[in-house]
Amino acid sequence: MPRAHKYDVIVVGAGGAGLMAARYAAQNKDVKVAVISKLYPTRSHTGAAQGGVGAALGNVSEDHPEWHAFDTVKGGDYLTDQDVAETFAHEVVDAVYELEHMGLPFSRTPEGRIAQRKFGGHTREFGKSAVERACYAADRTGHMILQTLYQQSIKDQVTFFNEFHVLDLVLEDGSARGVVAYELATGEIHVFHAKATIIATGGNGRMFKVTSNAHALTGDLMSIVYRRGLPIEDPEFYQFHPTGLYKIGVLLTEGARGEGGILRNKDGERFMERYAPSIKDLAPRDMVSRAMYLEIQEGRGVGPDGDYIHLDLTHIDAEIIEERLPDITEFARIYLGVDPIKEPVPVQPTAHYAMGGIPTTIDTQVVADGEGTVVPGLYAAGEVACASLHGANRLGTNSLGDLIVFGRRAGIEAAKYAARVDYEPMPAGVDERAREELERIRAASGSERAAHIRKELQDTMMDNASVFRTEATLAKQVEILADLRERYKQVSVEDDGQVFNTELMEVVELGFLLDNAEQLVYAARNRTESRGAHSREDHQDRDDDRWLEHTMVYRNDDGSVRVGAKPVTLGKYEPKPRVY
Amino acid sequence: MDATTPAAGTSAPPPGLDTMNVTVKIKRYDPEKDARAYWAEYRLDVRPTDRVLDVLNQIKWEMDGSLSYRRSCAHGVCGSDAMLINGVNRLACKLLVRDLGSSIAVEPIRGLEVVKDLIVDMEPFFDSYKSVLPYFVNDDPEPARERLQSPEDREIFDESTKCILCAACTTSCPVFWTNGNYVGPAAIVNAHRFIFDSRDQATDERLAALNQPSGLWRCRTAYNCTEACPRDIPITKQIEEVKRALLWRQA
Repeated sequence: MPRAHKYDVIVVGAGGAGLMAARYAAQNKDVKVAVISKLYPTRSHTGAAQGGVGAALGNVSEDHPEWHAFDTVKGGDYLTDQDVAETFAHEVVDAVYELEHMGLPFSRTPEGRIAQRKFGGHTREFGKSAVERACYAADRTGHMILQTLYQQSIKDQVTFFNEFHVLDLVLEDGSARGVVAYELATGEIHVFHAKATIIATGGNGRMFKVTSNAHALTGDLMSIVYRRGLPIEDPEFYQFHPTGLYKIGVLLTEGARGEGGILRNKDGERFMERYAPSIKDLAPRDMVSRAMYLEIQEGRGVGPDGDYIHLDLTHIDAEIIEERLPDITEFARIYLGVDPIKEPVPVQPTAHYAMGGIPTTIDTQVVADGEGTVVPGLYAAGEVACASLHGANRLGTNSLGDLIVFGRRAGIEAAKYAARVDYEPMPAGVDERAREELERIRAASGSERAAHIRKELQDTMMDNASVFRTEATLAKQVEILADLRERYKQVSVEDDGQVFNTELMEVVELGFLLDNAEQLVYAARNRTESRGAHSREDHQDRDDDRWLEHTMVYRNDDGSVRVGAKPVTLGKYEPKPRVY
Repeated sequence: MDATTPAAGTSAPPPGLDTMNVTVKIKRYDPEKDARAYWAEYRLDVRPTDRVLDVLNQIKWEMDGSLSYRRSCAHGVCGSDAMLINGVNRLACKLLVRDLGSSIAVEPIRGLEVVKDLIVDMEPFFDSYKSVLPYFVNDDPEPARERLQSPEDREIFDESTKCILCAACTTSCPVFWTNGNYVGPAAIVNAHRFIFDSRDQATDERLAALNQPSGLWRCRTAYNCTEACPRDIPITKQIEEVKRALLWRQA
């Protein structure tokens, strides 16, 4: 028998969105809340975010939420839902003040206000020039958000189930009733019965070879809801951050360019002047990553293999680098043996962020189809969700804003719902599917190793479905994924124990990753245009007549994949060509 | 297959000029199988620029799947993988093979119960952390905008905001090894972070929590914590600052 738990609201994931959701759900005194995470909360990847959280506070120069909303829509190549962007741009201002009131140690202006700096794609007066909008705490803003929210959760005495790995969602007659989880320390299965379930489990960057993402980011819940027949929205829009450390992918914040850093090719040329004449190195990430790939393709990459670009900070005052960018300076020194104060840093685009995810309304309710039919009792926020704030390309700093604005909304909405409904019955045997999956893996005797399949997945996704794509590379990747899926059935594990069987969980996670890759590749193959981060060499133009719509990817009962659509919510910003 | 050719899809580097052969000793323990911990030895080819975490991954993925350890971000910001490496507490993801040479010994951090291999029970560590009120307290009505704080006041507690709760400091402390109830350097650093924050109002409660038999005064200034910190926090200095703050209050 599984261990049984009952909470009005269950939050899955303890990063920025999950902790914010738990905080707000718990403020409703009529509901009991618990957070489930496969990590200790402070290990969540929100803590790796560096540069800042964008909000139009206007502490350094004039700024307005309307400008932020416009930049977000334009940055998203007009696939952003404009009602979401406008609500976001206004609410994120309050949310940042709220973090400060919780004690978040922002860096400060000489007047003692929250310090702000420039970031890619954030402009004054609808695109005129870069504006200081990113509120920052040195280059560890995400760390400070995660720490502050975790600290407050101790004050609020939030209930945590740490190192519990969610394996399944209980979805009966169209409504969510909770989750099934595996306790890492004991190998026991637990069933969490809930009136409302909030999914806040982050991204899926581990499907790519070079990534800024933690090992834990394997798209677990994006896969689980997909297996339960729910759609994934816009998975083809996957962001490559321009400045990952060469070969290892560790992130170097865009704040480095916000502070004046310059990208140079092997001739020392500031090549972004050719691609984005007005804001140059602070163009949105999709454009900068493509420009870097093109420079390398055309023989202007740096290094013996001509396969990287230089991030040059050497002209910036050493004190400013040490004070505002200490962590990334250390990363370059430790991992590449390069001192950014004295020499340029080798960088390459690194898989960073899923714009798509589990589709939700503006109130974070998960939707089941292109008509927007709500799944009762199911909510999602943060990178795992698609509201859709980021459209086809997310602006830097809008991920942290997304966490706090939509994490908060999820907590409030889920608690409100849980307070007014009764528990739906929890059917017997809801843990069977998860149990059978684990038993199947434990009993498998095939000769495949999970690590080999994962590496092939990561290598081939990088080759065939990353910054540039064509029908040929995507068709090839569809075949490769089918083959990897067959081989996955032959994966066996050596560890037959119950206590911290991390090998077993890695196999489960690989299964999730394969589903995430499938969603991305089918969606990318379907969309025969180029928009934002989705760049088709065989369809280079944006095509608003045909493709100004969201993608919805479903898995049919027979295992085949179906690609549908959902309308984009337009508004006052007419789609225009995207130049900077 | 040629013995020198890695299998397709293998995560091991191809042998060549840029690889080196290392011997890795790992202190292993499986509570379901072993009466006591033992040293296991692995020989493998790695790159000098590999992180120790990459080496552990290579062993787990290619040689012995049952090897267990915690890891997540792999670049020193999540705090999952503090270990005793060649006798010193380090994050496995922030230490490169070239800085260790060809002989590497990895053990779990000390003073916390070993659950399996390199995984220890972190609960006592987090309990100590929670005991110092590690959260911001200010009961004044919230202003419409931010509370003001000068850059100089913000700078005073800057270093202590870097803590990632990896436990490298606390589990390198000889006082903690002999007295597991000692609150430990990590908790004191996190008290420091609020005690010296000009906006916070709970200094008295926090200092009272530290002024206990197993609190602040157990520190014997061994400096192990400062040397172990992967975030370069001057921990011993901060503990002294908290001691002084407590003495000032009492005076």
